[in-house]
Amino acid sequence: MTLLHVENLSLSINDTPILNNVNFTINSGEILGLIGESGSGKSMTALSTIGLLPHGSSTSGAIILDGNDLVQLSEKDLCDIRGDDIGMVFQEPMTALNPVQTIGDQVAETLRIHTKTSRRDALKIARDTLNRVGLPADQFPLTRYPHELSGGQRQRVVIAMAIALRPKLLIADEPTTALDVTTQAQILDLLKSLVDEFDMGLMLITHDLGVVAGIADHVAIMRKGEIVEAGPTVQVFQELNHPYTRALFDASSHIPDRKTARADTPVLKLDNVTRDYPTPRRTLFGKPGYFRAVDGVSFTLNRGENLGLVGESGCGKSTLTRAILGLDPITSGTIEVHGQKITSQTTTARHIRRHMQVVFQDPYSSFNPRHKVARLVSEPFHLLDTPPADARKRIDAALAQVGLNASDADKYIHEFSGGQRQRIAIARALIIEPDLIILDEAVSALDVSIRAQILDLLADLSDRLDLSYLFISHDLSVVRAITDRVLIMKAGKIVEQGPTEEIFQNPTQLYTKQLIAAAPNIDLALEKREHAGV
Amino acid sequence: MIPKTLIIGAALSAIFIAAAAISFIWTPFDHAQLAIPNKLKLPSVTHWFGTDHFGRDIFSMIMVGARTSIAVAVIAVGIGIVLGVPLGLTAASLRGSWLDEVIMRSNDLIFAFPSLVIAILITAVFGPSAVNAIIAIGIFNTPVFARITRGAALSLWSRDFLLAARVAGKGKARISVEHILPNILNLLIVQGTIQFSLGILAEAGLSYVGLGAQPPTPSWGRMLAESQTMISFAPHLAIFPGLAIVLTVLGLNLMGDGLRDLLDPRIRRQVT
Repeated sequence: MTLLHVENLSLSINDTPILNNVNFTINSGEILGLIGESGSGKSMTALSTIGLLPHGSSTSGAIILDGNDLVQLSEKDLCDIRGDDIGMVFQEPMTALNPVQTIGDQVAETLRIHTKTSRRDALKIARDTLNRVGLPADQFPLTRYPHELSGGQRQRVVIAMAIALRPKLLIADEPTTALDVTTQAQILDLLKSLVDEFDMGLMLITHDLGVVAGIADHVAIMRKGEIVEAGPTVQVFQELNHPYTRALFDASSHIPDRKTARADTPVLKLDNVTRDYPTPRRTLFGKPGYFRAVDGVSFTLNRGENLGLVGESGCGKSTLTRAILGLDPITSGTIEVHGQKITSQTTTARHIRRHMQVVFQDPYSSFNPRHKVARLVSEPFHLLDTPPADARKRIDAALAQVGLNASDADKYIHEFSGGQRQRIAIARALIIEPDLIILDEAVSALDVSIRAQILDLLADLSDRLDLSYLFISHDLSVVRAITDRVLIMKAGKIVEQGPTEEIFQNPTQLYTKQLIAAAPNIDLALEKREHAGV
Repeated sequence: MIPKTLIIGAALSAIFIAAAAISFIWTPFDHAQLAIPNKLKLPSVTHWFGTDHFGRDIFSMIMVGARTSIAVAVIAVGIGIVLGVPLGLTAASLRGSWLDEVIMRSNDLIFAFPSLVIAILITAVFGPSAVNAIIAIGIFNTPVFARITRGAALSLWSRDFLLAARVAGKGKARISVEHILPNILNLLIVQGTIQFSLGILAEAGLSYVGLGAQPPTPSWGRMLAESQTMISFAPHLAIFPGLAIVLTVLGLNLMGDGLRDLLDPRIRRQVT
């Protein structure tokens, strides 16, 4: 039965065209995967459907939900539909909940707005809904506050709020992007089972083909405000008729060409490194406790080698990065950079720092917005004893290395896109010719096609300049594509390490197996569904 | 688009600053010249705002009084910025350390006193004068700037570009000056404008109780105080200095709000 029918939907905001003739249909009990890169209009399509567009937007076309054209409805009528007929799940569970209200009240709120249930009945339904999304009463009483829950648990609360009234249509905008892989797999399973149970329609918006391949019945691929290809999931992904679909598909499983590991000269060597954080005192005169974020970590990274470090949030990988970079002291153990030892007693001197640089995840917060590119890129010159005489030449060379022009040096950072900014971040890391670059989720925030380009660039630089990378990521497919060896980290400890392919083929530890099984994998998902005859 | 509040505020402030500037080279009459026969004249073509009980021209006195107000407020805000901003930057860069605690708790201590009462105490102990008024108002501006600087700096310290600067081996002091200060300048300008208006109010208040600028230096606050006994038969004596204070403070506050809308990226509507 057709639930939602979007016909010739066009949208412009302040006369900038955003959507152009979008058409799709969602049936009850069916999942539509809406796929696209940033700026493709997928979120705007969702917001049009639920009637929450920003000021200055004008829509044409029809959005027919169960016979009603939502485009024609007044704000008051839309309020009745939102939350009742249409539920929505957002990307960021950390900000989607009100921090000063209990989870019970927040789930009950939706019920009390739309139905005349008493607070008591509403709380009872809220309880049942929370049970249904996997938050049982004994561990998660209604009186819990959002800050007492993990990211995945909060996302379950958000889902409970969205489905409390059994909406006909659920819109999920990147519902798992902010979550760890194992949590992601659980949330996707939950969404799928809810769709089956309630006979809902689900509009699943994502940039990740792997997520969609596993659960969507139909997919629609968007680019620049248009749907370029749509159809049954397996068919679209197998035929890859449209060049853009093919490009997306190739980019998301892209493996850059690179030479494999070579010489055994250690660049970075960690021996039993431990880092404790003090936890707040519980009583006025009691001793503060300690939280061991990094627990006895040892590994060696050789010249020209790409080492992956994989772990879920909170496993201590960021703390470890900061310790290696000398930003935070270590509690015990030694870090050896380029043959020079750093212990808990010493601070990391400039001549040691000179050998390593870092590229961060978020290209938008990595640069001082008030400086020009030349100044941003040349900041690491501070590590040299005297600023180089040929600074300008080296800036130009570094920009050229990452595929930018010398003329870009005189621009401000806001003139560049996310992918270009990440190139500038790499240029900044390259400029003092370090042996080691730490890539802290360096491609995680990028669209797949840009990500493929940056991975190629990194592989090429590593080959040409004999650079070593410590590649920190939660994304297993990226780690598999670019690293020689991989470390799996859990709760501050390295639980497994070895050559990347070997670990991925034959993981020995249970945790590694779980991680690999939970990671979305397009090929596997498609194969499985073909067997199931979907 | 420039906010309307900014245009109106800037216009009012400009009138007030222009009046102060022009008073150095020209006033309709000598503001200190007594002319008892002319006393308590109502506003007229010769005396635009009338004359006071000594026959002095009120318009001229207000122009020269603007000078006093500006001098006191500017220097007091300057003291607040010069002391408060470095304290805030230091506290933010050493977040959680004992120095951070000492700085911020001392600020709380100053905040805990009613500012005008302490200003009265200072001027009462060291003698009433414009200089002592400046010092008193300046001390109370310091924690305002320290707090706002620390808050803004703290949110910047979590940004990656400051980590990148630390990876480049730069010390916290250098990062504070080179990276943080330019990025919080907007906020400081906005707060400076608002503190400026509060400084003018404070100066008027101190002069009103006789602890600000001393005669013969004209001051809006003292003009109000002197007019008090004659308000029933010469209301213009109170109305004009009162209006000057109200319009100036209003203008500066509007300008502060407008600047905030224009400069503060957290309020500015994101156009993507």
